[in-house]
Amino acid sequence: MSKDDFILKAEGLHKSYRMGATEVRVLKGVNLNVKKGEFVAIIGASGSGKSTLLHILGALDRPNKGSVFFEGRDLSKMFAGAQIRELLNWILMFGVLHKILRTGVKNQHGDINEFRNKMVGFVFQFYHLLDELSVLENVFLPAMTSKSIVGWFACRRQAKNRAKEVLAQMGLAERIKHKPYQLSGGERQRVAIGRALMNEPKLLLADEPTGNLDSATGNGILEVLEALNRAGQTIVMVTHDERIAKRAGRTVTLVDGKIEHKNSNNL
Amino acid sequence: MKRRITYFAVLAVALCVFIVVVVMTVMAGLVNEFKEKNHRFAGDCVVGTESLVGFAYYEDFVKLLEQQDFVEAVSPTIKSFALKRRRGSDQDNIAEIMGIDPVRHSQATGFGDTLYYHKDDVSGTFEIASDANLAGCVLGDFMLLQDTNSRYLSVANLPRIPYSISCFPLTARGALAQAGTDMVNTKTFYFSDQSTTGLPRVDGSIIYLPFEEAQLLCGMAGSTKRASRLHIRFKPDVKIQDGCEKVQSLWQKFRQDKADEIQAYSLDTVTVQSWKQYRRASIAPMENEQTEMSVMFGFVGITTVFIVLVVFYMIISHKSKDIGILKSIGVSNIDIIELFSGYAFMVGILGSGFGLLAGWIFLLKINTIEDWLFEHFGFQLWDRTIYAIGDIPNQVEFKILAIIVVSAIVACLIGALIPSLQAARKKPVETLQVGQL
Repeated sequence: MSKDDFILKAEGLHKSYRMGATEVRVLKGVNLNVKKGEFVAIIGASGSGKSTLLHILGALDRPNKGSVFFEGRDLSKMFAGAQIRELLNWILMFGVLHKILRTGVKNQHGDINEFRNKMVGFVFQFYHLLDELSVLENVFLPAMTSKSIVGWFACRRQAKNRAKEVLAQMGLAERIKHKPYQLSGGERQRVAIGRALMNEPKLLLADEPTGNLDSATGNGILEVLEALNRAGQTIVMVTHDERIAKRAGRTVTLVDGKIEHKNSNNL
Repeated sequence: MKRRITYFAVLAVALCVFIVVVVMTVMAGLVNEFKEKNHRFAGDCVVGTESLVGFAYYEDFVKLLEQQDFVEAVSPTIKSFALKRRRGSDQDNIAEIMGIDPVRHSQATGFGDTLYYHKDDVSGTFEIASDANLAGCVLGDFMLLQDTNSRYLSVANLPRIPYSISCFPLTARGALAQAGTDMVNTKTFYFSDQSTTGLPRVDGSIIYLPFEEAQLLCGMAGSTKRASRLHIRFKPDVKIQDGCEKVQSLWQKFRQDKADEIQAYSLDTVTVQSWKQYRRASIAPMENEQTEMSVMFGFVGITTVFIVLVVFYMIISHKSKDIGILKSIGVSNIDIIELFSGYAFMVGILGSGFGLLAGWIFLLKINTIEDWLFEHFGFQLWDRTIYAIGDIPNQVEFKILAIIVVSAIVACLIGALIPSLQAARKKPVETLQVGQL
């Protein structure tokens, strides 16, 4: 099987952090393949590096060593030159044009921000919604940020309809004008899932999505994820709870910075 | 924009803009008014010498100037120092005498407008109504005369107030004329008018005399007559700089033509100056004061930058999680910078808008406010005897306003730049997963 058959492929990931004088090695050569349509749970004890791995898979962080391929494209090449390119766009006054029309110098391997915006959707343990925005605004925010000013004016109605559709799917049709702090934990997490799904990403990454919820509410969230997976959504979920991990199609155990054990829950 | 700290930022910018608008407008008004008074006093261009001896052949040069199409009027003057004593007083005062032809001088400068009694008919400035044979003088210091009913006297009713003016006449070489016989020339003049230029140093020391009388007193009325200065007014469409350059080249040629004359040496010290150069000793301190003010308010601008910087640091420190969220959904570094820069721009626009409006209203009412303060507390913002002004200048200059507003917005953008760059450089994981590995 070539790397192009996987939606996501991680090869030899190493990651370490410096904490004062000591270097903490979190990932020590992680290899992981995720097929399209899979629901993978990464399980491990606290501090085992599972969240770090998820962040690297979603391009929120970069490994010290190793590569992540998304549909065969190397994420490190998307990172390469991103800051210089942005600065160049800004200096050449592409910044203004970029804002209006999304023009400017582009990376031939694809843009890392575009990857975060369109290819992956993140669901965090603490929801991470913007309190100043309404539920509806939180959900259509990814669509808004991916568009130029002109583009947004052209498609804002469509984007709002899509956001309403996603929120209806999450059972929150009546809550679109509420602010996140007016919602319960479960509702907030469903808003966060809605936001992650707004741009119809190919990969959904969930970091302890039920970690901050009671078991009944957490179960509701897992049901949502299962339903999404049944509809074809690829999901990688991080959890420390084996019972939750068993709801996924496949479980990967991370111990001491390495994948120790793999099994398919459905086999 | 709804956060309370934003209101503080807007308020801070508004206050800075308000202070700068008010002080810079008043200061610029004072300086402009002061310059204008100096311009009116000197004319457009002055050809002359600092030497008390004066320079010869001035009449020829006046004729030459009057033939030029860019020259409106020329007024030769005598300038020297004298002892002034009011009859009946035992005190001599040092005075600066200026011999003028009132008509010509009013054409070349704003002299006529400074007179109290002869503003409309300057030809009679030195005439004494009660006796045509007496010579008049115009004093710069304040002495409007009142009758017993506290009414100001008209020119026809002016009493004879004699002043003895004593000068030391000098030869063309600078020696005392009439040495060994009668070294001092003294003549009595009678108060005929008062001139108020609004320039305290001028008004406090100068005494205007008829040109010929002053020339005689100073020893400049010999066979080759001399004058101290020529005050020139250019035609309205002539730029002062261009006019002065033309006069300068005329003077060079004139000097060459007169090189073989007996008193050609007296032309060596003559200079051609624009009114600004001629009055630079008076204007420079005020311009320096304005520069110092600008520097001080430059510090106010720097303070604004720091206020905005601190405010944005606080906002960003409170918003670091939001920045991480935005980056996790694909917002780029440049978008983050643009976001905070846009926010700073709005703070700048609103702050400077409010400051400008408040400053404008305050300036419109500044004289009313000052009158009220003076009436109730005896407090005066600007001492009239020092600044020689009627009202506090409150003419808003749009150029200054534009500079202040643009500066305030730029200050906000600069203040927001470093925090914005820091926010943009934050890694999403640093803000979203603090303490978690």
